[in-house]
Amino acid sequence: MRLQRFATEVLVIGAGPAGLAAGYTAVRSGRHAILVDENPAPGGQIWRGEWTTPRSSEAALWFDKVRRAPLTILTGIRVIAEVAERTLLGEDQQTAYEFRYKTLILATGARERFLPFPGWTLPNVMGAGGLQALVKMGFPIRGKRVVVAGTGPLLLAVAAYLRAHGARVLMIAEQAPLSRLLWLGRGLWRFPTKAWQALILRGRLFDVPYRSSCWPLSANGDGRLQSVTLQCGSRTREIPCDYLACGFHLVPNVELALLLRCEVREGCVRVNEFQETSRANIFCAGEPTGIGGVDLALVEGQIAGYAAAGRPEAARALFPQRDRWRRFASRLNRTFALRPELKKLPDAQTIVCRCEDVPRGRLEEYRSWREAKLHTRCGMGPCQGRICGPAVEFLFGWTMESIRPPIFPARVESLIASPEQGESVWR
Amino acid sequence: MSPRAYDVIIVGAGIVGAACAAECAKEGMRVAVVESSCVGGGATAAGMGHIVVMDDSDAQFALTRYSQCLWDQLADDLPPECEFRRYGTIWIATDEEELDHLRRKEQFYRERHVPVEFLDERALAEAEPNLREGLRGGLLVPNDSVVYPPCAARFLLERARDRGAVIFVGRPVARLDEQGVTLRDGSFLPAGAIINATGTWAPELMPGLAIKKRKGHLAITDRYPGFVRHQLVEVGYLKSAHAHEASSIAFNIQPRPTGQLLIGSSRQYDVESSDVSHAVLARMLARACAYLPRLAELSIIRTWTGFRAATPDNLPLIGPLPGHEHLYLATGHEGLGITTSLGTAKLLIAHLLKRPPAIPPEPYLPSRMESLTCVKSSL
Repeated sequence: MRLQRFATEVLVIGAGPAGLAAGYTAVRSGRHAILVDENPAPGGQIWRGEWTTPRSSEAALWFDKVRRAPLTILTGIRVIAEVAERTLLGEDQQTAYEFRYKTLILATGARERFLPFPGWTLPNVMGAGGLQALVKMGFPIRGKRVVVAGTGPLLLAVAAYLRAHGARVLMIAEQAPLSRLLWLGRGLWRFPTKAWQALILRGRLFDVPYRSSCWPLSANGDGRLQSVTLQCGSRTREIPCDYLACGFHLVPNVELALLLRCEVREGCVRVNEFQETSRANIFCAGEPTGIGGVDLALVEGQIAGYAAAGRPEAARALFPQRDRWRRFASRLNRTFALRPELKKLPDAQTIVCRCEDVPRGRLEEYRSWREAKLHTRCGMGPCQGRICGPAVEFLFGWTMESIRPPIFPARVESLIASPEQGESVWR
Repeated sequence: MSPRAYDVIIVGAGIVGAACAAECAKEGMRVAVVESSCVGGGATAAGMGHIVVMDDSDAQFALTRYSQCLWDQLADDLPPECEFRRYGTIWIATDEEELDHLRRKEQFYRERHVPVEFLDERALAEAEPNLREGLRGGLLVPNDSVVYPPCAARFLLERARDRGAVIFVGRPVARLDEQGVTLRDGSFLPAGAIINATGTWAPELMPGLAIKKRKGHLAITDRYPGFVRHQLVEVGYLKSAHAHEASSIAFNIQPRPTGQLLIGSSRQYDVESSDVSHAVLARMLARACAYLPRLAELSIIRTWTGFRAATPDNLPLIGPLPGHEHLYLATGHEGLGITTSLGTAKLLIAHLLKRPPAIPPEPYLPSRMESLTCVKSSL
């Protein structure tokens, strides 16, 4: 087993907008920094696949800045465990990596939230972001009939992307009520760039029905998806389709923060004004501190980068900007809050934990996540509860209490690659 | 509620408490079980669920053998989620010294009519193709089995409930005395007898009890059906199990019915934190790779720790608490609580009903060592 060792002043985990901004800011402030990401290229979820061909001017700008900076970016590496004080362990397909740091910045992003409903495990029912990622990798979507359903601004972006790649997007079903969407819209004048983006997206989707107070009741089909039944206001309707792209807003990735014993409250990493967590020298920026989108992630990343580099005044100068985007984020999160009716979607037979095939009915009799997990295996599979965890939390109000290494499935040989021998090289 | 509403209250709904509850209820006693957190949530949740006959002492043998027979009788009744499988154990020798050990072990079992089969190097490789070459031999104990302990505990409790037992879950106990059990919420449950089956927590209710927490780590892989077919344990395992130094590691791997592999084992005294120690985990996994080289390529999906309730002489405490007429102990099972839970319940019933037990109870009596049970007289 090969083990590569790195040592750096500032280690950034996650190369999405927050991580790129943090790493860039730290090196521009004279620090040695390494950026590690599990994906094949930088960009995170939002700029996935854009590293070589940026589609947004913002991505192009940041990629360009990062390319010119003396920042080491290591991609395709997943951080799996903490092996010693200020030392993380990672792995890729062949090699184990040890990262020693003085200061750590967590920019681990967010993932889609899935909610179970009858039929959601049928083939061709996919995550909205997941389907978009597949299409970015060349998955043929041209001419296919797609229903996009769930909640959040991501639905519009995904629908527009799929449409641009030839999909026939039949409908966007948004569970949020119209009153909330209008309230969000009325506030947009304070965020002109967002208003403009919304208009452009809407323009691209001019002929796609966008229904508020509308959500999937069931995905139907024999062996594969044939149609989706939607609740649209007080009516139900069935739409034949080839794909159902579903996403119920986002869930912060806080596993690494939890592993490092940073305080996490209500699913978000707690940070102070300098983006520092409850643990000294560990900072956190972007979605893990609360779902806030790309603009908030960029500014939080810069603040964390400055603070990690010992430049509090430069960080402080960005506080007003952050406040502004936090206000926007809080409007978004209030708009797209999940309606309680969605808790009734899964029936007793609906699978909640896909890894271990646990239906909702088997979970009903338990009182805590741990109890249910011990007796039903819910959340014990390879996804480590990443998919069913947020769903179970929404359905039953249980939270996962603890996290243990490895935070992703990891090869035995990586876990035994000795962390104790040899000296780290500064790179 | 009339005084002594229950004939017996069992504190702790781990596998031992659950087995005691099932046994007491079967005898027609009015039973209550009080559990502070959840059913099978302590060492029962953390353990491997290996039902194994041990040879380290005649007393340990008697209890494990007796208990294994009880598990075999129960096997047909266990629901599928208990995942009972008779995989058998193979004890493995790596060198001449261990081979001698293996031969002694074989003889021990044969003398006591436990079916065993000696596997030479080739037979061992055939039985377990993923083991490395050059191992000296193995001893197959085909009757050993595995079970998924939390569900087994639940099953036993449900049996008790079907016979009228009352189960209080999520109800922490504040104290217990000769009259009954006082819960932390202030309620009092009077009982004729009280069994402390709280594992490592036993000293909290009976201060002074010689139970020490002994931490263990376990790791589980993704699904690799057939990678190993038996529970594989290094024959030097007991050296680790009985070592009283700060920490020790031994190779111990178990196939699960899901196709997953459960990998142990580690033993540490004087560690309070339940955090997974990377150093211990790495040593434990490296040890497993020394036997199963291809294990290195497999994926670990979860790791966890647990605490065994250890006694100074490695035998459990089963029977009356000296100096107390109505208080009983069923704890101190160290790493063998799943195996010995059923035998423990039978021994306790014999104490409670003043019946002759199926095996000599003396080695497990709490009174066997003064120092074991210097429980404060305030109880």
